[in-house]
Amino acid sequence: MATAAWLPFARAAAIGWMPVANCPMPVSPMDNSKRQDELIILNVSGRRFQTWRTTLDRYPDTLLGSSEKDFFYNEDIKEYFFDRDPDAFRSILNFYRTGKLHYPRQQCISAYDEELIFFGIIPEIIGDCCYEEYKDRKRENLERLQDDQEENKDMKLPHMNFRETMWRAFENPHTSTMALVFYYVTGFFIAISVITNVVETVPCGPTANQKDMPCGERYTVAFFCMDTACVMIFTVEYLMRLFAAPSRYLFMRSVMSIIDVVAILPYYIGLVMSNNEDVSGAFVTLRVFRVFRIFKFSRHSQGLRILGYTLKSCASELGFLLFSLTMAIIIFATVMFYAEKGSSSSKFTSIPASFWYTIVTMTTLGYGDMVPKTIAGKIFGSICSLSGVLVIALPVPVIVSNFSRIYHQNQRADKRRAQKKARLARIRISKSGSTNTFLHNKRNGLLNELLELTDTEEDEQKRTKYTSLLQSQHHHLLHCLEKTTAHEFVDEQMFEQNCLETVLQTYPSPSPSISSHDSSAGTCCGRRVKKNSPLPNASMPSTYSVPSNQCPLQELSAMHIQCCDPSSRTASRSNLNLKTNESSRINCKSGRITTAIISLPSPPALTPDGDGLRGPLQRRPPQPQPQQQPPGHPAALSIQTTSSSAGTNIVKVSAL
Amino acid sequence: MSVRWETEGLQTVGIVCLVIMFLKLMHLLGLIDITETDNSDSDLELSTVRHQPEGLDQLQAQTKFTRKELQSLYRGFKNECPSGLVDEETFKTIYSQFFPQGDATTYAHFLFNAFDIDRNGSIRFEDFVIGLSVLLRGSVTEKLNWAFNLYDINKDGYITKEEMLAIMKSIYDMMGRYTYPCVRDEAPSEHKMDKNRDGVVTIEEFIETCQKDENIMNSMQLFENVI
Repeated sequence: MATAAWLPFARAAAIGWMPVANCPMPVSPMDNSKRQDELIILNVSGRRFQTWRTTLDRYPDTLLGSSEKDFFYNEDIKEYFFDRDPDAFRSILNFYRTGKLHYPRQQCISAYDEELIFFGIIPEIIGDCCYEEYKDRKRENLERLQDDQEENKDMKLPHMNFRETMWRAFENPHTSTMALVFYYVTGFFIAISVITNVVETVPCGPTANQKDMPCGERYTVAFFCMDTACVMIFTVEYLMRLFAAPSRYLFMRSVMSIIDVVAILPYYIGLVMSNNEDVSGAFVTLRVFRVFRIFKFSRHSQGLRILGYTLKSCASELGFLLFSLTMAIIIFATVMFYAEKGSSSSKFTSIPASFWYTIVTMTTLGYGDMVPKTIAGKIFGSICSLSGVLVIALPVPVIVSNFSRIYHQNQRADKRRAQKKARLARIRISKSGSTNTFLHNKRNGLLNELLELTDTEEDEQKRTKYTSLLQSQHHHLLHCLEKTTAHEFVDEQMFEQNCLETVLQTYPSPSPSISSHDSSAGTCCGRRVKKNSPLPNASMPSTYSVPSNQCPLQELSAMHIQCCDPSSRTASRSNLNLKTNESSRINCKSGRITTAIISLPSPPALTPDGDGLRGPLQRRPPQPQPQQQPPGHPAALSIQTTSSSAGTNIVKVSAL
Repeated sequence: MSVRWETEGLQTVGIVCLVIMFLKLMHLLGLIDITETDNSDSDLELSTVRHQPEGLDQLQAQTKFTRKELQSLYRGFKNECPSGLVDEETFKTIYSQFFPQGDATTYAHFLFNAFDIDRNGSIRFEDFVIGLSVLLRGSVTEKLNWAFNLYDINKDGYITKEEMLAIMKSIYDMMGRYTYPCVRDEAPSEHKMDKNRDGVVTIEEFIETCQKDENIMNSMQLFENVI
């Protein structure tokens, strides 16, 4: 309370009760932390704010008023340091000083909200002067977020049954081709139906036996057929919507469905009714309702819907307009009637008859079929027309501004939808970029380990350095996750290739087992499982061949490094299996680098071309590196495998 | 005949209407001046009266507060009442905030009169701080004096039965309705002070009675360390 400053006074004044008190008084609470009031320095991102301690103590349930601020106390500079926005902090500190929280207009609403939450202040205590603005901005923001969320409705939910799919197709025609086709077909038929109704009444030209007849009566059958066709389409559409609607009751109550019903009912009623004279009058009336079909266009047109919504939201202004007009009409009609009563052959035969004149005059139509002849009538008639202009002009701008606001909101929503797609694409690229960085760095990390052992001069420079400690720690974390689950991250395309390959096969490699072979037999989609055979040691003869159908064990897959280095590719890949070549080709198109697990053959004993090692090491200009490896260096990279009975094998690659 | 009369009457009415509207339009446009009472000057409002307190040194001499305490008090005072003066309405509002359940306005009125020494309808900072000095740093006799002054509504030196009753009632009003046990209407009417039963209490009787009562003496020391 701001009146906390006056509490000492109120307590002191309580001495006035003492002489008349009946019972002894309770002991007063001790104020142990009796400090002299001191200045506190609050350093918010460099801007220093100073205030009295007691000012902050006024609101003990906020951050600044409680001991929570001790967490931010910096011993070295003897200040409370907050790494927040100093502009927003101004209004927060003013809240302590004056007891009123103000919302600055130029501040972004969500930034302001975050600051309030951080400092522990509830937004409800924003003063009346700024509360309207705050609430308006907050509502706007919420609507914007809701708009964005509604976009997610377009996303395919994984398990939608037929009914839900249909409903979605009806509500958002752009989600599937069928829906779009349906949308256009119904639109076309609505147009046909309306045009038919209009053309029906046009005089078609004289026939043999009669003069001008409207077309409808001349080509009755044709028009009837057209009408029937349209009504059938509409009926089918209505029934389908009714079937697909999640809540049938709500659907039947909605405006659009009522319009649908009203549009098709006259036809059926006409069918049912016989052609006798009594009811044909009513029948004619029913035909009028056929024009309601044009309202079905509002599903197809955004603008119509906005118009309808605007009129609904301006109901009060429209009501006021109507009421004031009615009042004015009655007044002026009465006056005109009595003014014109005296003149001969006056058209103003009664007050209701004068209503017509008043309306025509007030809306400045002025048909001239009823004209005042007396002086009084003319005077009052002119007053009537002047006031009509005013009365009608007043509520109209309100309606216009409402319409404009809603329309622009819709425009903004559409624009946001379009921009959102681009935004999402960009976000996806950056996300995949970071995954690629991880994979890239992991490979480089392993290579670094490898290179450490081989350790030639120029390789040192080629070692990639991590760009930041943060990144290296993040990658280490991902690496640990991989190790924990014994699976590996791959990027999308690799993953899809693997899926593709399992469909195709697993091609048994003619060359020794070391040859890299993409294998992802088994559970491809979902995990990239690496199967491994108990890898041959150095002495593995070239006769080793893995029958593909035996156990789903294959070698480690070498990941293909695409460095747009065609020579190296062709040189080494020649007898790697086709698959890899294809996939490498596919990879190369995108020029990406995929992760490599190094499958090292150790030994020089192997045929020079079977080396998976070749793969990763193609990064450097091809050197006869493997050959140079001494036989005693077989364990530079050893691949340990363990096979589990479950058929999935865990591959560990480690550098010794 | 009557019809003609009606028409002519309406004609007249119409013409009269026209003339009046014309005149009003002229007046609006400023072409003619229909004399009316000029209200425009009353828009000038007198700016609110401001008051600056005496210097810190004088206040220090007049009260028993230290310099720092005076500074702190003034800051609180000025924050609530930037103009430097507290009028009765503001005072009542402030005091009522401490007693949300009952109606503190009557007692606040008495309190206001007790603080407003020179009876000019507003409390200045000097009044405020002098009163507080008595209450918080004064001797028991001074405090009792102050209390007597509070109870003596018309400041004539005697507390009558009616004044006492009024004070008691205002105190009980602050409790509000929701009390346990319920406040009976006769509760305020107790008067243990009148020694010589002459219907009034003088300052000497008051002080004497209070000094004899231990409870009262103890409770007078209760708020020593408020500031």
